[in-house]
Amino acid sequence: MDIRELVERIKKISKKEINIMEFCGTHTHEIFRYGIRQLLPENIHLLSGPGCPVCVTSEEDIDYIIELAQNYDLSIITFGDLVNVPGNNGSLNYLRAKGKEVIVVYSPLESINIAKQNPNKKYLLIGIGFETTAPNLAFTLIKAKEENIKNLYFLSLHKLTPPAMKAILDMGEIKIDGIIGPGHVSTIIGRKGWEGLFNEYKIPFVIMGFKPEEILYGIYHLVKIIEEEKPALINAYEKSVKEEGNKSALEYMYKVFKKGSASWRGLGIIEDSGLILNETFEEFDIRKIYPQKTKSIKLKNNYCRCGEVLRGVIKPTDCPLFGKSCTPESPKGPCMVSSEGTCSAYYLYGGE
Amino acid sequence: MEDIILLSHGNGGEATRKLIEEEILKYLGNEILEELLDSALIDIKGKIAFTTDSFVVSPIFFKGGDIGKLSIYGTINDLSVMGAKPLYVSVGFILEEGLSLKEFRKILESMRSAVEECGVKVVTGDTKVVEKGKGDKIYINTTGIGIIEDGISWHGRRIEEGDIIIINGEVGEHGLSIMLERLGIKTEEIESDLAPLHNLTLPLLKISNGIKFMRDPTRGGVASVLNEIAQKYNVEIEIDEDKIPVKPWVKNASEILGIDPLYSANEGKIVIVADKKEEKKIMEFLRNHPLGQKAQIIGEIKGKGKRVYLKTKMGTKRILDPLKKDLLPRIC
Repeated sequence: MDIRELVERIKKISKKEINIMEFCGTHTHEIFRYGIRQLLPENIHLLSGPGCPVCVTSEEDIDYIIELAQNYDLSIITFGDLVNVPGNNGSLNYLRAKGKEVIVVYSPLESINIAKQNPNKKYLLIGIGFETTAPNLAFTLIKAKEENIKNLYFLSLHKLTPPAMKAILDMGEIKIDGIIGPGHVSTIIGRKGWEGLFNEYKIPFVIMGFKPEEILYGIYHLVKIIEEEKPALINAYEKSVKEEGNKSALEYMYKVFKKGSASWRGLGIIEDSGLILNETFEEFDIRKIYPQKTKSIKLKNNYCRCGEVLRGVIKPTDCPLFGKSCTPESPKGPCMVSSEGTCSAYYLYGGE
Repeated sequence: MEDIILLSHGNGGEATRKLIEEEILKYLGNEILEELLDSALIDIKGKIAFTTDSFVVSPIFFKGGDIGKLSIYGTINDLSVMGAKPLYVSVGFILEEGLSLKEFRKILESMRSAVEECGVKVVTGDTKVVEKGKGDKIYINTTGIGIIEDGISWHGRRIEEGDIIIINGEVGEHGLSIMLERLGIKTEEIESDLAPLHNLTLPLLKISNGIKFMRDPTRGGVASVLNEIAQKYNVEIEIDEDKIPVKPWVKNASEILGIDPLYSANEGKIVIVADKKEEKKIMEFLRNHPLGQKAQIIGEIKGKGKRVYLKTKMGTKRILDPLKKDLLPRIC
């Protein structure tokens, strides 16, 4: 079906005033990039979820990395996006400018070569991302163990999407009528990965791809089940997402990681929403070697109302922090970190 | 033993003299530079354009050029887009101890050929050496002086509603080629668009008095230049995604690396704002020029405002932001 036809079909069946939330930052980005909002009838509102895994990194976790680099002379190895994310005392970019080594890699496997080539230095590899990147990092750790590498440590900031989605839905009033399920994450965890969440909330849920026609195709299905009041969990990205997901990726992932609590910017600590290293890989676990001071971990950010923005309950401008202590330069919540986040877009364009 | 740059090459004594006379002058020498005075003495009459730029690119050799060529063309282009005929250039080298002399000579040779091609003279310069680890092989600063012929400067012409926005070719090549070079990805077609623009801009300004603005979209790419125009002249700009020329390898690389070609640097491109009435004359000239064969009208000035809008391939419209962060790829 071409784009025009999809848009026509959506217009034909859409009657209710509805809010749809996309969870994945790539969806947010593509919806923005192609101006998909403008194609939809005015009664369909697209809300942006917490965004990319980097955006949801808490200030405390950034502070912890900076502290580790400064106190224990560790060189940091990470993906590029993380270096701009601010903590309470600057970002990794700032750390690098102050003279600490921060190496940006495209593949985590590069860290093994870096560590091997510089046996006198100690490295800390930051594992970040949702289910999509975790298998890669798991593979890297398996390799590092096989090769008996002793000067490479690991910090897992990996997060799991279904628990976070559940936490957002659990926070209170929900004004979301349907969810755009993340295509890449679902490729790993499968349609099945969302069944628990769906069975509990019975909220219409459609897994979609990322091309404009795939997004519109998914939205069409989502609108259809909302209008018919027949909530379902639908895979509208079958060319990539299988019922069971990618089994070997999941196998790698759980060979190295187990579920544990994780700290989300603006949302606080969410139980079982992250991946931590299991006992077999303890020797790499920086949290075991130089634990994060618990007093520095804030259980909840009391003022950031990102959770409500995400659930469609309030507009960014209703948050007391918005535009005051929370700006794109000093974001308190994930919605303000990426330029496509709901709060950031409001700040820059006044909701335009 | 390989010949390399030593700290003594920067001590101001015999080794420095040898480096300048036996290496640098050999490639870049001319009657003014060879006098080796503390300042070059030159005679220029008329309105002068004067610009400076520093070059720190890594890797120093890349497909389509190297830091030496870039340092000459970069400054030539800053003069060219202002309508100035480039005349004289200064060159300042900051060399890192340990740089191989072979590489330095290769860079000097590349500068020599660039200088010759552009018809300019290097008339003054400086060389410093820093300790190993305090630089990255070589940094180059160049300053250029050019002369603006009467009547051809676009400066001061008013940008108005209806003016057209032109680009002389495909966008984003330099930035993405460097990025891919760093990743060790090489294919036949991946190449920087590095080129000197004076042979395009000067004749263009002579044949048309409808040019109202020109800038080479280097760091920050076309999107940043458009935002600079919108803010400086208080105009709203709309460009059409469908009209923006992009090579297939740039498109593919940009999808993989998460870098929009509109934000990726160019080194042989010009963003032109021109009077619509001159459209035919300008486009005909550009498309018959080796550096303008793929020229396109990509958008227009919409009236008062300060924002840049992009009409997407799907017919929707979105804001095209100025570049805010480092160009680093997304991870998901």
